[in-house]
Amino acid sequence: MPGQSFSFAALGSQFLVGLSRAMILFIVCAGLSFVLGVLRVPNVAHGALYMLGAFSAYTISTRIGGSAGFWLALVLAPWVVALVSLIAERALFCHLYQREHLMLLLFTFALSLILSDLVKFVWGATYRSVLAPSFLKGFVPVFGSPFPRYNFFLLIMGPLVAVGLWLFTNKTRMGKICRAAAVDREMVGALGINVSWVFAAAFVIGCYLAGLGGALVAPTVSVTLGMDHTLIIEAFLIVTIGGLGNIWGALVGSLLFGITQSLGVLFWPQFAIVFPYVAVVIVLLLRPRGLLKSVW
Amino acid sequence: MPKGVANLIPRRGLWSAGGIFFALLIVPQFAPEFYVYILTLIFVTALLAMSLNLVIGHGGLFQFHHAAFYGVGAYAFALILTKTSLPVWVGFIAGPLTAAVMGLLIGWFCVRLSQLYFGMLQISLGSLIWAIVFRWYKFTGGDDGIHGIPRPSFLSSSNKVYYFVLLIVTFCLIVMYLILKSPFGRTLQAIRDNPQRCEAVGVNVRRHQLMAIVIATSFAGMAGVLFVVLERFVVPDLLFWTLSLEILIMCLLGGWFTFAGPVLGAALIVALRTFVGKYTEYWTLILGIILILLIFFLPEGVMGYFLRISERSR
Repeated sequence: MPGQSFSFAALGSQFLVGLSRAMILFIVCAGLSFVLGVLRVPNVAHGALYMLGAFSAYTISTRIGGSAGFWLALVLAPWVVALVSLIAERALFCHLYQREHLMLLLFTFALSLILSDLVKFVWGATYRSVLAPSFLKGFVPVFGSPFPRYNFFLLIMGPLVAVGLWLFTNKTRMGKICRAAAVDREMVGALGINVSWVFAAAFVIGCYLAGLGGALVAPTVSVTLGMDHTLIIEAFLIVTIGGLGNIWGALVGSLLFGITQSLGVLFWPQFAIVFPYVAVVIVLLLRPRGLLKSVW
Repeated sequence: MPKGVANLIPRRGLWSAGGIFFALLIVPQFAPEFYVYILTLIFVTALLAMSLNLVIGHGGLFQFHHAAFYGVGAYAFALILTKTSLPVWVGFIAGPLTAAVMGLLIGWFCVRLSQLYFGMLQISLGSLIWAIVFRWYKFTGGDDGIHGIPRPSFLSSSNKVYYFVLLIVTFCLIVMYLILKSPFGRTLQAIRDNPQRCEAVGVNVRRHQLMAIVIATSFAGMAGVLFVVLERFVVPDLLFWTLSLEILIMCLLGGWFTFAGPVLGAALIVALRTFVGKYTEYWTLILGIILILLIFFLPEGVMGYFLRISERSR
């Protein structure tokens, strides 16, 4: 490893960068894990939906303009994604629940192919950027180095989403039904609950979270085609090391992934991308079924 | 699930396979060079799809990241040809061998887990290989890949490449057919249909699955080597996950539970991509729509459909 001098301050600020990256990952992966838990389908289209969320946020925020545009985009863009996923689910996906896993997986792949080309058709292949509202722009000095204000906003949003998800899955009737369906879907059906609609709800909630992640990440990256590619792989890794279907596992996995990635930049910049993958492999060697318990 | 995969190749199938082989032997004599190239690409892709179908269709394993092994084979061959002065035949052996070793390593972890976990773990480990290849500029060329890989001297013209690839692929397909017909292949299919029962009668399920993975990955590595022979470059996209799913589509399109289905699927997809790609830049959209139509209306694939029809008419 190249001997590089780094201070404690650099370590701290890099840690914060990783933490804010982990928040985005958590929001996206929680959705993926939720769908995986309830429907038992790895939703390959999750990345494309995330991209759709980012592009929708771009259009909404530039149409309205200013900080109002940003906030509106943050609220509306996930709903656009949720609506698209609801249509896809009710029109096509819900007819496949009796089929093998492989068909379900391939359907979500087809969905991702179609969605990514539709994004290309609507928005084109150019780079877009979303502006954060003025009070979230700029930098604040943390540990002596500038730290983007927007990342603080992410550090607030992540726990908010986590608390919201906890309230949903533990305190609402719908959330409890979803959890029950994840463990034993036949039993839920036997109790007279329409399982198909439970699946629809779970799918749409998962996709909503993908859209929210996309809208949140939009001001920090350039919004472009292919932004879903690496994300979907990272999300799959995180969900696997967290324990399939376990939302809190997704949180643990995201933290591990985001922080190893950002600290890796300090130690070995050229191979920063490999660090989280190595962490994943170590976790899988020690606990092949993931850090937390899988829901099924 | 349709029963009796192996008896789907009756004498008629043998005759048509032989007929197609001899037809392909004379094609380059009159076809333009572009078509020869496309056909060669189809052969390479067909071998890749067939190797995947060995584990996913006949073995019932969720081999979700098969392209990783294809890429590893291609990179192994490319690196030996560009970075070392070893003779070419070493590369031809090293490609499948490296892929098989990777298959053994990754498979060893995966077979411990059930269905979906198997698939997810494989995506994870395969993506790790991709990430390393993508970043290791000094060794693999990073995201640029390696270009201008020299062809072995005995493959000077595109027709020679065509015949070479055709022969190797045919040989590999025959070996695969014999493997599927062997007691090992039968056991593998039995494990797919009922793992518990196989376990109960004393079959070592995991060892059979692991062996199937190693065999399939070595064939995938061979396909990777042939890709380099044809295209003379390697890029990290060869190991990327979307390619794995594309091969999966080929298997589905041709027919999971038939022997030669993936060959047909590969031919259809490569041909469509080449000719549709000329007219539109929205090829993935078309592929997505094809896939949805397949899932809903033709889940047994083109070959499976025709075999069923012909079975019924008899």
